[in-house]
Amino acid sequence: MSEAFSVLWLQAGSCGGCTMSALAADDVGLVAALDRFGIRLLWHPALSAQSGPDALDILADAAAGRIAVDALCVEGAVMTGPNGTGRFQMMAGTGQSTAAWIAAIAAQARHVVAVGSCAAYGGIPMAGANPTDATGLQFLGFDGAGLLPRSFVARGGLPVINVAGCAPHPGWLVETLAELALSGTCALDGLGRPRAFADHLAHHGCSRNEFYEFKASAARASDRGCLMENLGCKATQAPGDCNLRRWNGYGSCTDAGYACINCTTPGFQDCGAPFLETAKIAGIPVGLPVDMPKAWFVALAALSKSATPQRVRTNAHADHVIVPPIHRPPRSP
Amino acid sequence: MTARRLIVGPFNRVEGDLEVTLDIADGMVREARVTAPLYRGFEQILGGRPPEDCLVIAPRICGICSVSQSTAAARALAAIAGAAPPPNGRLAADLILAAENAADHLTHFVLFFMPDFAHQTYARRPWFAAAQRRFAAGHGECARALVPARARFLHLMGLLAGKWPHSLALQPGGVTKGVDSGERIRLLSILAEFREALETHLFADRLERIAALASRADLDAWAGAEAPDRGHFRLFLHIARDLGLSGLGRGPATFLSYGSFGLWPAGVTVDGRTAALDPAGIGEDLTSAWMAGPTQPDAFKDGASSWCKAPRLNGAVAEVGALARQVVAGDPLATALAANGGSVLARVVMRLVELARLVVAMEGWVRAIRPAEPFCEESPLPLRGQGSGLVEAARGALGHWLTIEAGIIRDYRIIAPTTWNFSPRDAGGCPGPLEQALAGTPVDPGDRNPVAVQHVVRSFDPCMVCTVH
Repeated sequence: MSEAFSVLWLQAGSCGGCTMSALAADDVGLVAALDRFGIRLLWHPALSAQSGPDALDILADAAAGRIAVDALCVEGAVMTGPNGTGRFQMMAGTGQSTAAWIAAIAAQARHVVAVGSCAAYGGIPMAGANPTDATGLQFLGFDGAGLLPRSFVARGGLPVINVAGCAPHPGWLVETLAELALSGTCALDGLGRPRAFADHLAHHGCSRNEFYEFKASAARASDRGCLMENLGCKATQAPGDCNLRRWNGYGSCTDAGYACINCTTPGFQDCGAPFLETAKIAGIPVGLPVDMPKAWFVALAALSKSATPQRVRTNAHADHVIVPPIHRPPRSP
Repeated sequence: MTARRLIVGPFNRVEGDLEVTLDIADGMVREARVTAPLYRGFEQILGGRPPEDCLVIAPRICGICSVSQSTAAARALAAIAGAAPPPNGRLAADLILAAENAADHLTHFVLFFMPDFAHQTYARRPWFAAAQRRFAAGHGECARALVPARARFLHLMGLLAGKWPHSLALQPGGVTKGVDSGERIRLLSILAEFREALETHLFADRLERIAALASRADLDAWAGAEAPDRGHFRLFLHIARDLGLSGLGRGPATFLSYGSFGLWPAGVTVDGRTAALDPAGIGEDLTSAWMAGPTQPDAFKDGASSWCKAPRLNGAVAEVGALARQVVAGDPLATALAANGGSVLARVVMRLVELARLVVAMEGWVRAIRPAEPFCEESPLPLRGQGSGLVEAARGALGHWLTIEAGIIRDYRIIAPTTWNFSPRDAGGCPGPLEQALAGTPVDPGDRNPVAVQHVVRSFDPCMVCTVH
């Protein structure tokens, strides 16, 4: 690579968690992980030296097209309220709304990357009555348009790239930016998510797989059993390679004993039921595994429940292994 | 005399959005006004939802204090449910919270605070070349060594909490993840690696030696015992002495702490005298906030200047944070450093001393875990009730106050650490701790981005996303 691929990062209505997640990227941190691919941060609100007027010079240059921005990364939902004024988030030192700054720089940038589900779809700030008129960059939930029209295409030819997740795995971000730097493009699904991670389900590789197979379900927090039937787990519906890679070196949501809340999907913040309970009708979970016919799910669940080994049944309701696997000498054919 | 007004922002290397308005005369700040320019409405969002949903929503107030927010939410629910985690659950929850506090203290020093000393303003200081090499943003030696160490340390979060930020492992009755005997050893291994990184790069000494620093003289003697560049902490002390950081950023002499880990008790210290804390004395003043009511925003309110409300303890301004925690606990070093109120030096020193103490404590907690004993108890909620969850985040006192009626959240109030520290003026016109600390800060004529102001602001380790939620 002859020239650096430049990234400008803005925080909209965010919690900063996407940055915090990225700070642990590849065990070396965001700056070092991107540096390997010739990617440089023009400015990042949490990491760069420039503050105040020095930072504003960079933003003004970017908005006017005086410096090249290969990727504009936006973290956090865009606050458009009250009444379309954007006053719920004013860019410090400028008297202008952060929404206006984002729109100006997005018009100049080669690629626009929404980091996290807030920037992608609105996320947590638009929960309930959406008190701040929060929106994603190109989506408002599943169907609506965000700050930018649904027809928006950045100068590099792609719509907004939605590195969804709350917070996204740092690998999703680093790999997306590296792909853009290397190939200039990135395969996206229908909701703008990079297919590299969104073509998988969080369920793939779940360490509770044996409990899932037998529908040996956890009944309360800290049980080792499957979290789908009772405790609200949506991993069988949630896009993401969450259990095909490790989070913070060791973990994942389901590894740690709590439900996947489907945080890579628009509208996850208002799922219509308590997050930690499985919504059911007539005892059957409303959210079934994707691509699975209901009748087959019910039949297979009943069959597998009746076939559950005692070991699996017992361990499903404990926070440590009560019954170890039986030991048999290896058999020859 | 030349008077001028300077609006400084965006403030980077703080968590979230911040703008500071400075009235400058005679080469120093006369008055400062702090503006938090982002509002998201979490208190509104939480209302009307099932109570346990706060375990999902509340941590997402803040990506850097996520576990602290989870802890406060879980404790508020536990107070209503009457739940008490079993010993293992308490140990695991304390480890998760301590890991966040320790990682945040390190992040602050390495990434947020120290890069300002690599600023060209200091090009003529004798330590400048060393500071640039060590602390330059992004690629300084300090970050190159300790950002990976921090990432590896957060493997503890992967193991105990699934991920960081935004875990659901913390529950009213304990934690969702049991620890088996092999995982217990892995936790010790993670801590050993982190200890080694801190002892090699940050302190150039044993954690126990740093944890035991007990007076100003002791600190000075430690700093002078070896060459100034032996360890990043020592170089900071050397720079701090040269720049007089013990006299910069004087805050109010009132400190508040909710107490933490059973190591440091709750209380309030006023002018060196410590008393018990009565949370009933905590209130929020809305005078300068763009708020029509406690949870109703009004972006066009006359006379308001910030989305931040102004928490007061019995009407008084209080500083919170690692320094406050240690002052309230009667720690001799903190007490000596903050005899007349906090300073830039006192805040930074006590953060790093606390980091050393936390890691030592965590090693003991891991050893105390008893695999195969319970980590969580059931905690069914009644249909109505009131409870609070008080916790010490890295940045200080964080409180959640929760009211449940008919099985849903009727009212949810959050007062975060930086809400205390960066509060605007109240009805009596009394400025908040940062506004007080900035008054008197030297500013060179014509300087539009005074670095001393940066030191004072960042010495509080502000978390603006928590501040206004």
